Amino acid sequence: MGGAHTHSPPQLSAEGRKKLVLAGNPNVGKSVFFGAFSGMYVEVSNFPGTTVEVLAGKVGDWALFDTPGVYGVGSFNDEERVARDVILDADVVVNVVDSTHLERDLFLTIQIIDMGIPVVVALNFADEAEGLGLKIGAGRLSELLGVEVIPCTAVAGRGIAEVLAAVERARPGIPTPEIEKRVTALLDRIDERPEALMVAEGDEVVAGIHGVHLSGGEKGREEIYILRRARVNEVVEKAVSRPAGGGALRSAIGALCLSPFSGLVILFLVLWGSYELVGVLIAGEVVGVTEEKIMQGLYEPWVRGAVARFISPDGFLGVLLVGEFGVLTMTVTYLLGLLLPLVAGFYLTLSLLEDSGYLPRLAAFVDRVMSSIGLNGRAVIPIILGFGCVQLGTITTRILGSNRERTIATAILNFVIPCSAQIGVITGMLASIGPKYTAAYGLVIFACLVAVGTVMGRAVPGETTPLLIDLPPMRLPKPSNVLRKTGMRTFFFMKEAWPWFMAGALGVTLMLQSGLLDLWQKFLSPLTEGWLKLPGEAATAFIMGMVRRDFGAAGLMELSLSPWQTVVSLVTITLFVPCIASLMVLFKERGFRQGIYIWLGSWVLAFSVGGILAQIVL
Amino acid sequence: MSLSELRKGEEAIVESVPEGQIRHQLLRFGIAPGSRVVCHARIPFGPVVLKFGGQEIALGRALADSLKVRRAS
Repeated sequence: MGGAHTHSPPQLSAEGRKKLVLAGNPNVGKSVFFGAFSGMYVEVSNFPGTTVEVLAGKVGDWALFDTPGVYGVGSFNDEERVARDVILDADVVVNVVDSTHLERDLFLTIQIIDMGIPVVVALNFADEAEGLGLKIGAGRLSELLGVEVIPCTAVAGRGIAEVLAAVERARPGIPTPEIEKRVTALLDRIDERPEALMVAEGDEVVAGIHGVHLSGGEKGREEIYILRRARVNEVVEKAVSRPAGGGALRSAIGALCLSPFSGLVILFLVLWGSYELVGVLIAGEVVGVTEEKIMQGLYEPWVRGAVARFISPDGFLGVLLVGEFGVLTMTVTYLLGLLLPLVAGFYLTLSLLEDSGYLPRLAAFVDRVMSSIGLNGRAVIPIILGFGCVQLGTITTRILGSNRERTIATAILNFVIPCSAQIGVITGMLASIGPKYTAAYGLVIFACLVAVGTVMGRAVPGETTPLLIDLPPMRLPKPSNVLRKTGMRTFFFMKEAWPWFMAGALGVTLMLQSGLLDLWQKFLSPLTEGWLKLPGEAATAFIMGMVRRDFGAAGLMELSLSPWQTVVSLVTITLFVPCIASLMVLFKERGFRQGIYIWLGSWVLAFSVGGILAQIVL
Repeated sequence: MSLSELRKGEEAIVESVPEGQIRHQLLRFGIAPGSRVVCHARIPFGPVVLKFGGQEIALGRALADSLKVRRAS
């Protein structure tokens, strides 16, 4: 491989440390490298789109940056734009690739090499490739690419130190000759090689920055992509030998998730398993111990006694601290005894699903159904995340292809999807009234989901992009990774949640003490008592529900309700407004106007549906 | 014929790919005119899943309709 071989000097940052950037396709284990290098753990996910933010850290004398997983550098979506800007500015790139997927992953590798940036290639999942019978000549790859290629198994810690050592001697690779010519031709106008490549590939943003007029950008990109694709195929042909029928078992399992009958059975099993784990085991057994035995049985009497030694429990401060909605009693019990186990259980389920490779297959499986509400199958990912936390779901709508899809998915999330904390409380209440009422609740919420989706699908203008999704290999989740991920997510959720709880409890106590709560209950009584046929105290739950959704549901738990009243109240609180934190994310992601429409719309939807149901059954 | 006419397990050579951004994305994944692919799964009225090299990719029905292929024997 000869050709023009001009090495431009690596870009140095204006001041301070040199920049080491991690780049790779989604799900190649980049985050494990980031964690191992910088000593800080970050999320590893099995679907595109969780690492939209760039993580920064330090390793030795280097400033370390993680980038979103992308299949190539360009301007197709937010993640690519972020990845592009960080990579263009890198001094050295550690390109993590999945050994079992080289045809796909080397496209990005060669693109970075074409930029002229020094690269070290980390050949991750080496053990897995070996298990599949893949023979990858790392030395041969290194020769063909012109950069160091190091086999590793990052989750087991193998090869990480070698990659880090190679960073110090990283060098630019051998660019694709025909692409190199085009880049060189631009160097009289653009002095930075990586930028010149982006311009040759028709990147309008980079061209704009350099004041270069693009002629036939799309065509230029296509020609370069075809050249690069041909080179990737050639490299893989020379360096990799793949046995026929390797990985047949897991490929067959993957196929089972996709075929109509077994796919439905698997979906049902996954839902049933999640319900057994979160709804039965955790919401029932575990919470029974943590909430009732530990918190209410041991902790609360102790804290009441401790506080009573200093102040009167019936005074204003006493009520604030250890009263009905006490900051030290109910709030702590609720956070640690109820919410913590539920949220951990939910994240455990989600992490298992992610790491197994099931989620993208689910996206393909439900594509047809989702298209009837103006979405493609990919939207199932933010919606499932929304069951964990609506904020997370709303942020993840960024992975959807068009503004129309993002609007529809955001509306569904914020109108009808209950979050894990709320589901936990709801499941507990439904469990006590039996399957008939549970089915009624489920049916009403499902009907609302279909109705909101159908209306939005018809009303929101624009186009729905077709599904094009990479299905990562089915993998048995690694317990250590699943547990670490569950722990991290639970920790961040609780850290984010507790101040809102405290504030909510304080607010309710203050309203109670000042008589405002009575006023609010009277004010809302035509709605709560007349229309929803619930006790007046239910109005308190709606106040709390504005702060946090699960808090609202918990407020309903305190009331004595008939089974049908329980169903009506739960339907209403499920459809009620998103919590304050979600509302803030909604404003940030979708703009103030859309946020306010959704918030006000939730009042209307919740009270309309709840009321109509009440008029029928009560 | 279009990709969506392939039956499960059939092998085909890609003949043409729709214009625009989708073509660039397919090129990154490794699907271009001349690529050899296997129909790994078909979801009724839904996506077609292709297998080639070590990877699997799901293409929505509308996209699969617009990809032209010929059977490889």
